[in-house]
Amino acid sequence: MQEAPVLGGLRPVASLSPPALSGWGQLGVPGRERLDENLARVTRGAVLTRGLGRSYGDSALPPPSHREVAGTRLADRILAFDPDTGWIRTEAGVSLGTLVWTFLPRGFFPPVTPGTQFVTVGGAVASDVHGKNHHVAGCFGEHVASLRIRVADGRVVDCGPDRHPDLFYATLGGMGLTGHILEVTFRMAKIPSGWVFHEAERIADVETFVARLQEAAGTWPMTMGWVDCATRGHGLGRGILQRGRWCEPSEAPPVPPAPLPRRTVPVRLPNWALNRWTTRIFNELYYRKQIPRATWGVLHPERFFYPLDALRKWYRLYGSRGFTQYQCVLPDRDAPERARQFLEVLTSRQGASPLCVIKDCGPQGRGMLSFPMKGISIAVDLWMDERTQALVDALNEFVIDAGGRIYLTKDALTRPEHFRAMEPRLSSFLAVRRAWDPTLSIRSHQSVRLFGDPP
Amino acid sequence: MNVVLLGATRGIGRALARLYAARNDRLVLMGRDQAALARSAADLATRTGGGAPAAVPCDLDDPAGFPEALDRAFEALDGRVDAFVVTAALFDTQDHLEDDLARAHALLRVDFTNTVVLCEHVRRRMLAQGGGTIAVFSSVAGDAPRKPVAIYGAAKAGLSHYLSSMDLRYREKGVRFVCVKPGFVRTGMTAGLPEPPFAADPEPVAARALAAIDKGSPVVYAPSIWRLVMLVIRHLPRFVMYRLGF
Repeated sequence: MQEAPVLGGLRPVASLSPPALSGWGQLGVPGRERLDENLARVTRGAVLTRGLGRSYGDSALPPPSHREVAGTRLADRILAFDPDTGWIRTEAGVSLGTLVWTFLPRGFFPPVTPGTQFVTVGGAVASDVHGKNHHVAGCFGEHVASLRIRVADGRVVDCGPDRHPDLFYATLGGMGLTGHILEVTFRMAKIPSGWVFHEAERIADVETFVARLQEAAGTWPMTMGWVDCATRGHGLGRGILQRGRWCEPSEAPPVPPAPLPRRTVPVRLPNWALNRWTTRIFNELYYRKQIPRATWGVLHPERFFYPLDALRKWYRLYGSRGFTQYQCVLPDRDAPERARQFLEVLTSRQGASPLCVIKDCGPQGRGMLSFPMKGISIAVDLWMDERTQALVDALNEFVIDAGGRIYLTKDALTRPEHFRAMEPRLSSFLAVRRAWDPTLSIRSHQSVRLFGDPP
Repeated sequence: MNVVLLGATRGIGRALARLYAARNDRLVLMGRDQAALARSAADLATRTGGGAPAAVPCDLDDPAGFPEALDRAFEALDGRVDAFVVTAALFDTQDHLEDDLARAHALLRVDFTNTVVLCEHVRRRMLAQGGGTIAVFSSVAGDAPRKPVAIYGAAKAGLSHYLSSMDLRYREKGVRFVCVKPGFVRTGMTAGLPEPPFAADPEPVAARALAAIDKGSPVVYAPSIWRLVMLVIRHLPRFVMYRLGF
């Protein structure tokens, strides 16, 4: 079957001859990374910088006129750490996983972590990532004190709330478009032990889910939910709510946790392996796994924070066609009904997502384009087929109407007019970016698609 | 254990330094870029929660500076070095080296001549202190003639030959020479090159090298599959090698 290019010319990376670069969703363009241990050298004149490539869409891909981006992952030095306060300064290519396994035995954990440990600190800043503790800790950027950035004219600039604040706030969640992030100074969180106390509860439908999430937010520092969005009707949005907190030393096992063994999906499955019916079966089984209404106990932090990291290269489950993730946040007002309507838009268009995650967000952060806002965030994985573009369009129209917005880190298919309609903050972000980079020499495949940058 | 690492700021040397630091060995980092040395020393200190290792500038392209740099390194470890490890080297593709003879000359000088001279300095000091291990990262490129690594491979072939011969000469007197032969490793040195089969990350390569240095194995391939691969390549008939691009 001929694979049609999607909006902006992305193609399944399996159909591209190497060298090719892709997002986690396996949609890509021809191109390669320029890698070096010396990040200051490798970012000189680069059009864009890329970390571990965990953004799903095209935010870490070069614009069509370029074939090379700088890569940070060899720049993985931790430059300073103060065990009294938790302040840390690292090169941009250090992964959160490295920080977890270096500092967890010493009683520290990244202040905010997304659902995978295989992201770099630079990427965490550029995406202003959020995690299970967003309702109490905000985004990663809330914990950043300063950044060292190579800006478009080649200078290396230090910025923070009191030095070039415009550059600083535009860079938190700025998708790497304001400059190349070289170093990050932020504060690690002190934890009482390395183990998590965790409760899981079966939830019957989506309205209950939203209500229980908001209720749990008052007493639990970490919450999120897995939602079955393959079941329609009354049980729409049923799922499993997860709540967690760090164990006190008295509850924790005597030794700190060690990294768990990992498996790798050995080959790409055929495209038909994951379809509406297998997705429904998977969702049914996953829901029924939680047989008692509620369970609780001590959990390994990797099982709590990074369940999917146990399966390396899980994108291969989607086959060669590639996939995308659609993540939006819907404002608090009428959130339970809005969440149900969102799932109805999804299921009425026969979109079945093997993985659907729901999370209540705290207030909007400091980053000018930072994704979360007070409300409910929903993320669904969608394999690419001839209906996916129309489905994303329909979901975007719903989100615009609800006053919500999407997460650029996941996006590959949003149309520029839709993005502008949901982002009143875009023009002030672009003004700061123009001030530091008048010719838009730093740009991405995504910024060309969504912001109308020169190709 | 007291260890000196030349080339500790990048690639396999960086990974190896982290392994040594994690088991609380006393380290001296050597390299040509003072700022990079300071950053790597800070990295090792923050990762272990211990003190920062000493950093001594040393440029493999400046043999006149070797005695003083070695004085400082030995002094930082109270005069005793159990293992002296060299991961530093130049690399370039065969096409570049054929186009740029100055570059080819520098590579031959750094990867062979100067590395041998440095090892000779270290050998004398180790004999004087009563023994030690000199471990140098050569390459599988030095094992057999192959099209893509003619000049680089020639330097590494000479280096491997030197290391193995010296090990024969001096093992009885307490100085062991370890020749580490990595295959293709994903570091800044090889960035941008098409990846051949059996490409490896620096961490497992460093772990295997560390075990070999501890044991004093004269030759170690990392990853180990390269021993077999090179054995096969060495025995391929010439008419096959004319056809292979590998």
